[in-house]
Amino acid sequence: MTMSDHLPVLILLAPLFGAVAVGLFGMREPRVCLPVTLAALGVSLWCAVGILLRIHDEGPLDYFVAGWEKPVGIGIVLRADAINSPFLLVIAVVAIFAALFAVRPTGERESGKTPHFFILFLLLCTGLFGITITGDAFNLFVLVEVSALSSYGLIAIGRTKRCKVAAFHYLIMGTVGASFYLIGVGYLYLKTGSLNMRDIHDILVSNRSLFGSRTVQTAFLFILIGIWTKMAFFPLHGWLANAYSYCPSSSACLLAPLSTKASVYVMIRIMVSVFGLDQVEANAAWGDLVVWLAVIAIAAGSTLALAQREFKKMLCFLIVAEVGYMVGGAWLGDSGRWGLTGSVYHLLADATMTSCLFLAAGTFAKHLGVVRIDDLSGLFSRMPLASSGFVIGALAMIGVPPTGGFFSKFYLIRGAIDAGEWIYIAALLGSSLVNAVLFFRLFEIAFFGKNPVGFHREQGPIEVPSERLEPPFHVLAPLLGAAALVILLGVFNGPIVEFIRTALLDPVTIVSEAR
Amino acid sequence: MTSSFHDWIVPHFNAWVYVIIMMTGLWAVIAKNNLIKKLIGLSLFQTSILLLYVSLGVKEGAGIPIIDHEAAALAMSGSDDALNPDRFANPLPHVLMLTAIVVGVATLGVALALCQTIYRDFGTLEEDEVLEQMKTLHDDV
Repeated sequence: MTMSDHLPVLILLAPLFGAVAVGLFGMREPRVCLPVTLAALGVSLWCAVGILLRIHDEGPLDYFVAGWEKPVGIGIVLRADAINSPFLLVIAVVAIFAALFAVRPTGERESGKTPHFFILFLLLCTGLFGITITGDAFNLFVLVEVSALSSYGLIAIGRTKRCKVAAFHYLIMGTVGASFYLIGVGYLYLKTGSLNMRDIHDILVSNRSLFGSRTVQTAFLFILIGIWTKMAFFPLHGWLANAYSYCPSSSACLLAPLSTKASVYVMIRIMVSVFGLDQVEANAAWGDLVVWLAVIAIAAGSTLALAQREFKKMLCFLIVAEVGYMVGGAWLGDSGRWGLTGSVYHLLADATMTSCLFLAAGTFAKHLGVVRIDDLSGLFSRMPLASSGFVIGALAMIGVPPTGGFFSKFYLIRGAIDAGEWIYIAALLGSSLVNAVLFFRLFEIAFFGKNPVGFHREQGPIEVPSERLEPPFHVLAPLLGAAALVILLGVFNGPIVEFIRTALLDPVTIVSEAR
Repeated sequence: MTSSFHDWIVPHFNAWVYVIIMMTGLWAVIAKNNLIKKLIGLSLFQTSILLLYVSLGVKEGAGIPIIDHEAAALAMSGSDDALNPDRFANPLPHVLMLTAIVVGVATLGVALALCQTIYRDFGTLEEDEVLEQMKTLHDDV
C-alpha cells in the first residue's frame, strides 16, 4: 500500500484532524486558524484530484477502513466512482473559497469566536466529504448528522437574534428528516440483513420479489422523504430561507452551495447504488409523480423568489427551485439517462454558481452593508471587479452559454424530451425566464442606479461616497475564482458529462466490486 | 375483532409500540408551542427509532450475544450447539443504536443551547411570542 491508496480516507481525515488542530492551537492564537484550515482543505483538494485521476484511469475505487474487507457489511467501506469523485473536487474547491472569504468570520466585535467558527467549518467539510464518499447506508446517517450539527452551529454563531430561531427550526426539521432516513435504513436492514450499499443492492437484485415487497417500498419512501427534508425539496423547504439568509455571510458561503447539494447527491446515490436504476425506473408511475412534485417545487421556488426584497432571501428561494431541477432530472427515467446525467452535472454547476452568488452577496453585505435588492443601486461603478463576478454567477443561474448553468439545463431538457415529460421542460424554461427577470432587474439597479445608498447597522440608510470600494484581495479572489470555475465547467462540459454518463449507462460499473 | 387483534396487533406488537411512540413525538414537534416541549417530542421520536432497531435484533429463545468459552470448546468437539446462531440475539442493531443514541444526545445538547440563547434574546420560549417579536426586529443580516 502506498500513500495514494489511502486517498479516500485521507480526504476525510484531513479536515477532521484540522478541526482538532484548530481547537488545540487556534484557541490560544486565533491567527493560526485560517492557515490550519487552508492546509487541511488543501490536503483534501489534493486527495480529491488524486482520486479523480485514479478513477479516470482505473475505474471505481473501494477502500476498506482498517482493512476490514470480509465479511462484507461489517467493515466501513468508502467508495469513489464517476458520480461522486467530481463532486468531491467541487466540495474541496468551494470550501477553500468559503474559508478565504471567512478571514474575519464573525465580524470584528466577536473575533473571539473565530476558532469556534473554523472548528465547525472543518467538521462540516468532514461530514460533506464523508456523505459523498461513504459506501455504507448507516455511516451515511451518522455523517449526515455530523454535517447537520455543525451547520446548526455555523448558523447560530451569528450576531443577530433571528439566526438562533432559524437554526432551531432547521434543527427540528433536519433531525426529523435524518430520523426518517434512519427508519428507512432500518426497514432495509430488516429485509436484507445488511447495511453495505453494494451488499443491499446485490440482495435486492438477486431477489426481484424483494424489491416489490411492502417493507422495501416503505423503506424507499421513508429514505426519500427524509432526504427531501434535508435538501429542502418543496414543500419541505420551510427551514432553508431563514437559515441561509440570517446566518453570517461566511457560513452561508459554505452551507448554501454544498449542504442541499450533498443531500441531492445522497438521493442519487441511493437510487443508483442501493435500489438500482433498473428497479427504480421500472415503476414509471413513481417517476411521473416525483417529476410532478419537482415541477411544483420549481414553480414555487421561482414564484417565492420573485416576491423577495432581500438579496440573500431571493437566492435562497432560487436554491429551492434548483433542488427541483435536480430531483426532477434524476427521476426522468429516459433510456439514455440524460436526465440523471444532467442532474449529476447540475450538482457541480449549481454548487459553483451558488457559491459565486453567495460570495457576491456576502461581499456586498460585508463591505457595503447591502441587504435589500434596492440597496444595490450604483453598485457596478463602485465594485467593478466584484460585480463582474456576480454577473457571471447570475448569468449561469439564468442559463446563458458558455456557463455551466446553460449546459446542465441543456442536458436536463434533452432527458425530458426523451422521456416525454413536457411539463418539466415548461417548468425549467419558465424558471429560467423568472431568473432572467430577477437578475436583469438587479443588473439594471446595479448598473444604472443613480444614488448609491448604503445601509448602516446603527444609523439606517446612509449616503455613501461613490468612489471605488473594491473589496480586499482575499474576498475578491474566491469570488472571481468561483466565477472562473462556473465558466470552466461550462467550457469543459463535454468530457465531464461523458465521464459521468458512461458510468450511469452501465450501472454495473458503479455497483460492482472495484478491481 | 379478536381475530384482527390476533392477526394484526400481537405479531407486530413491537411495530405498534414504536409507531405509537413515534407519532406521539411527531405530534408534539408539530403541535406544541413551547420550544422545550417540541424538543421532548423530538427526543420521543428519536427514541422510538431506537426501539424499532433493538426489536429487530430479537430472536425467540435467544440470549445475550456473548460466547461462553467452555461451552464453545465443547461445541468445537461437536457435542453441543453452543455456537448455534439461533441462541444469540443479533448484536449489530444494538451497536448501531449506541451510535444513534450519541447522535441524539448531541442534537439535544445543541438544541438546548439554542433554546438558552433564544430565551436570553427574546425572554420567552413560546414559539408564537418569539415569532411575534421577530416581525418587529430590525437587526440587519
